[in-house]
Amino acid sequence: MNAFAVEKKIAGWHVLVAILALVVGTLFGPLQGLEHMGINLYPALQSVGLQSYYQGLTLHGVLNALVWTTFFITGFLTLIVAKSLNRGLAFPKLSWAAFSVMVVGLLMAAVPLLLNLASVLYTMYPPLQAPWYYYLGLTLVVVGSWMSGWSMLTTWWAWRKDNKGATTPFLAFASLITMVLWQICTLGIASEILVLILPWSLGLVGGIDAQLSRTLFWFTGHPLVYFWLLPAYISWYGMMPKQAGGKLFSEQLARLAFWLFLLLSTPIGLHHQFVDPGLSAGWKYVHAVLTFAVFFPSLLTAFNVIASLENGGRARGGKGLLMWIRNLPWNEPSFTAQTLAMIIFAFGGIGGMVNASYDVNLVVHNTAWIPGHFHLTVGSGVTLTFIGVLYWLVPHLTGKKLWGAKAAIAQAWVWFVGMIIFSNGLHRLGLLDAPRRTMLGVANDNYGAADWLFPRLQVGIGGMILFVSVLLFVVVMLKTVLNKQTETVEMPVAEPLHQETIPAWLNNWQPWLVGTVVLILVAYGPILIQLISQIQFFSPGFVVWK
Amino acid sequence: MIQVHQYEKWWIGLSIAVLAVISITVGVAGFMLGVQVPVPEALVNPNTVAQSGNFSNPGVRQLAPKKYEVYVRAEANPWKFRPDKIEIPVGSTVTFYVTSADVQHGFKLEGTNINVQVLPGQVSKMTATFNQPGTYDFVCTEYCGVGHQNMFGTLTVK
Ligand code: HEM
Ligand SMILES: [Cu+2]
Ligand SMILES: [Cu+2]
Repeated sequence: MNAFAVEKKIAGWHVLVAILALVVGTLFGPLQGLEHMGINLYPALQSVGLQSYYQGLTLHGVLNALVWTTFFITGFLTLIVAKSLNRGLAFPKLSWAAFSVMVVGLLMAAVPLLLNLASVLYTMYPPLQAPWYYYLGLTLVVVGSWMSGWSMLTTWWAWRKDNKGATTPFLAFASLITMVLWQICTLGIASEILVLILPWSLGLVGGIDAQLSRTLFWFTGHPLVYFWLLPAYISWYGMMPKQAGGKLFSEQLARLAFWLFLLLSTPIGLHHQFVDPGLSAGWKYVHAVLTFAVFFPSLLTAFNVIASLENGGRARGGKGLLMWIRNLPWNEPSFTAQTLAMIIFAFGGIGGMVNASYDVNLVVHNTAWIPGHFHLTVGSGVTLTFIGVLYWLVPHLTGKKLWGAKAAIAQAWVWFVGMIIFSNGLHRLGLLDAPRRTMLGVANDNYGAADWLFPRLQVGIGGMILFVSVLLFVVVMLKTVLNKQTETVEMPVAEPLHQETIPAWLNNWQPWLVGTVVLILVAYGPILIQLISQIQFFSPGFVVWK
Repeated sequence: MIQVHQYEKWWIGLSIAVLAVISITVGVAGFMLGVQVPVPEALVNPNTVAQSGNFSNPGVRQLAPKKYEVYVRAEANPWKFRPDKIEIPVGSTVTFYVTSADVQHGFKLEGTNINVQVLPGQVSKMTATFNQPGTYDFVCTEYCGVGHQNMFGTLTVK
């Protein structure tokens, strides 16, 4: 029987839902871009049931940032944990159950979204109020993703019993850290929904505390970005060196980076709340400093990944200080998409420094700069990497040959160009005081200035270029699945450059988990105690989007 | 111990140094040079702010020569800042108190560092000095419903 047939099937179903979400979700992107440019198609779209820009924006945010990412990640990591440990899942039924729970949750959330009952944007800040089953649906998606993590963990425990004292292979190790990080950090949103939002949206309590809800949301909201990012890093560290014809420069530091992400991703959520009225300056600053600390493992990653690619470029005959770049496999869609993703992500990282900078954040908070930033990070660094992964993963799962390598390479370049134009426009608008999550075309009739016009055009045109890239992606995927030509594509697994022994402290969960919990208690304990001690059940629910 | 390549050691050292310098710089700006972020000011009941207290009669109040305070109430449906026209003389120092009577809003005043989240139940307080005559827009920066893009006001400095 085909090795890993079950795991492939599980991954395949996850990836299918993920791609559908990405494609449907990105349909709204160009509409939003055109609106920003002054072409408002929303009145015409009412006839097909889309009631407003903001309903579309909610669908765009939820489908892209939550559904596409979560389904892709759980499917992808399930497969690579099994393959990297070289054993089947201990409880494949648990993974199937996880998938079912996620799908049921997705459908429960989709109905009110499509009926314009839940146009609360993906941050769902109370006291905006959607129907209770919307929140329950999102909760089920999260619970399903936990179950998926449990399936990976139990598989690893079984492996460990048979391999006493062995070091966990890198791909499995990094995937497990990602899922454990997700377990821990989602406690924030889980408690926000279960304790505050559900009783309130069911009408059991009359009011909700907006400040406490926001704080619990961002407890999860920042580490969420590491849940998106770490699977991309897993590919950059653990697979791309192989695809580039080289080896992983330093496996030890790669592992250290993942431990540091576990440790530092959660106790920093206040950097989304620097300008919240109910939180003290001291704690905001503590979170700002910890946010700078979490840049460190990303800087480690930058060095390590570039050094690994250089190793590949030189192994392929590259010479000179930088000329090895030309020897990299730019004719490989998977490699090209992911490398372009890295380059865009680097710009996103630099902008992230600005956002994180406590008081400098005053300039950019909730301006168009912010969506400019995260389309570089999750919208490209992560998304274009996942697309690059799909260029080998879909052939791997289906046994079909990738259709149209040239089209796939063009897809990545078109994305790259479109995103630079689009995101630069949003960044500039932000610096000109344009707010985010706003119909900027309409707003500019009210306020703002003539100097908004050019960057508004950039957003519209960049958005259309990105749309072309999405269409290319869809064609490549469809044609691949329907391809009559078959090919056996293996999962790329990078070897370390030096056979390094992994010291015990880099292979032991205990100190890192203890550190993680302690740091969270220190960084969040006093804040939550203060907010809970002054909790106000005042705000009734509001529906202000009809 | 782990082995680290010489270049990578330099990179690590440089990374840590840069991050430390930025952390200290923003801290100094925030706590010593007076670039302020909002801090807890007061708790209010969003259901009654329109009926009683300072926010029921929002607007500009003079405290001393060149010293003013402005109470602003943000509302959705209809989407409005009350007041949405503010006038002050050149050289004034103005403290803004902003709250919401319903959902979350934002308050960003162009040309200043004022950019706050406005929450029901909380009062956002920020101060700025206006030395340049002109009109400055303040806009809502948080999604607050389908009229969000129409929510703005102007501050005139004469
Ligand atoms: C076809 C490519 C895309 C285009 C043209 C596009 C365009 C846009 C535009 C114009 C906005 C509104 C910005 C604002 O006014 O605040 C937006 C928001 C957003 N986009 Fe995209 N986008 C694209 C792809 C993506 C992808 C791939 C992701 C994530 C994986 C993503 C995640 C988001 C999120 C989270 C928001 C914020 C929604 C909110 O503020 O509630 N987008 N996008
Ligand atoms: Cu963050
Ligand atoms: Cu608003």
